[in-house]
Amino acid sequence: MTIPAVVLFAAFHTFPVLKGIYYSFTNWDGLSLDYKFVGLRNYLNLIGDKNVWNSYIFTFKFALVSTILVNIISLLLAMGLNTKIKFKNFFRAVYFLPNVLSILIVGFIFNYIFAYVIPALGTKLGIELLKSNILGNQKFAWIGVVIVAVWQASALNTILYLSGLQTVPEELYEAASLDGANKFQEFWNVTFPVIAPFFTINMVLAMKNFLMVFDHVMSLTSGGPGRATESISLLIYRSGFAGGEFAYQSANSVIYFMFIIIISVFQIKFLQKREMDM
Amino acid sequence: MNKKTNWIVTILIALGSLVILLPLYLAISIALKTPKELADSVLSFPIGLHFENFTKAIKATNFFHAFKNSAYITLISVAFTIITNSMVAYVIARNMNKSKFFKFLYYYFVSALFVPFPIIMLPIVKQTSDLGMNNPNGLAFLYVVYGIAFNIFIYVGYIRSIPRALEEAAIVDGCGTWTTFWKIIFPLMSPINATVAILTCLWAWNDFMLPLIILNDPSHITLPLAQYVFQSEFGTNYNLAFASYLMALSPMIVVYIFAQKWIINGVTQGAVKQ
Repeated sequence: MTIPAVVLFAAFHTFPVLKGIYYSFTNWDGLSLDYKFVGLRNYLNLIGDKNVWNSYIFTFKFALVSTILVNIISLLLAMGLNTKIKFKNFFRAVYFLPNVLSILIVGFIFNYIFAYVIPALGTKLGIELLKSNILGNQKFAWIGVVIVAVWQASALNTILYLSGLQTVPEELYEAASLDGANKFQEFWNVTFPVIAPFFTINMVLAMKNFLMVFDHVMSLTSGGPGRATESISLLIYRSGFAGGEFAYQSANSVIYFMFIIIISVFQIKFLQKREMDM
Repeated sequence: MNKKTNWIVTILIALGSLVILLPLYLAISIALKTPKELADSVLSFPIGLHFENFTKAIKATNFFHAFKNSAYITLISVAFTIITNSMVAYVIARNMNKSKFFKFLYYYFVSALFVPFPIIMLPIVKQTSDLGMNNPNGLAFLYVVYGIAFNIFIYVGYIRSIPRALEEAAIVDGCGTWTTFWKIIFPLMSPINATVAILTCLWAWNDFMLPLIILNDPSHITLPLAQYVFQSEFGTNYNLAFASYLMALSPMIVVYIFAQKWIINGVTQGAVKQ
């Protein structure tokens, strides 16, 4: 049973990866019958490509801000949901709901909210800032994408933190309160060290998922206005399939792949060292 | 242990939950309004309940057709994922301590988790269309194969916690590997099977990128794709659009309501074990 699985996985996952790397050294447009090897030319061209730079800057800015926000919000929510509150199960269910919804459709709903509901509210309340559609603004559209991404992703991370908080032994809190620790000290010296592994996982997961952002952008801005919110995956998809840049975008995906590996490894190493120090 | 209800936190949590509930309320209220009501006021309650938006949306998006495709792809993916991935994981979990080969296989599958999808996106489209797999069956096949990376990770963690004595007893009683797996191990794996089933179900149902690139025959369209096409073609009739969005979201909300406990447990088990 393992042999067929390995063969299929190799054929439909590893082989395409290798093929992608192979194409990245050619000049194939994806349709023509023949193509030539061009060595590192695609890679060298990437360096000077404004659209590529633009997509990397958007994607990294978006991923970094979203990762930080999601982790702060989910940790706060998880702590709130872990204290003795009324209707605990109901609220847990509500906060987890976004995780089961399609990001694409959530994006469509928020697209409407940004375009009509918030400006309507802004006009009613006389708040200048809210009167126009944030997604139509070259400078601020990325913030709209962050809002939707955080709205959706906090669900999963909250549940993960919540399960982390349940592993903190009650005695530690009792000991801390005997020592006269205040709420902040209690969090910093008791709660946080115990849930450190969950922090690592949440940071790595969130960052990796956000670096691959695609559905959000498709439904909210389609990469616009201009190319202000064109993520790396969107650029590869669009220019690779429709723009005749098959080989060139393959080179772009190889670079993208290396970035994700480096960032994930760095995060895991760095955060795990923190875990042990505590 | 028996602390009093913390009302301040309760109130904060309740206020925070509005951030989740308001967009959903808006979606429902817009789906039930007429275009005129919507133009008059975005935020007001719907006056009459215009369920005809739903019937119109069903016609406009050919809803049941896309629903059937999505349901078919999801069911096939979940069924085959459970059957095949659990077996593969079992073999790896039981042999990876004895054999370098299986240990290698474990890391081979799990390391695929870090491969971003765009790197295989362009080649896999060529490959699937050359092999005639650019249809719902081919798509379901890809979900089963790609799922292995993550599923091996969580299955192996779980299987290693099942005591070996159970299998040894079965073998003494004359069971082969095959019967041991189906009669003894597979039933013991029910909790983790439920987890994998739910995660695969959510993934296959909500996924947009794979259907977008793999399926090119309009008759194979899945629900998220149908919403995408609908948005670009009939973008201005928001009442119909929202009715259609709600119908596409509702099956997973129903699944969520019934399987809530499993989903929440499943997600935590899935991501944090080991």
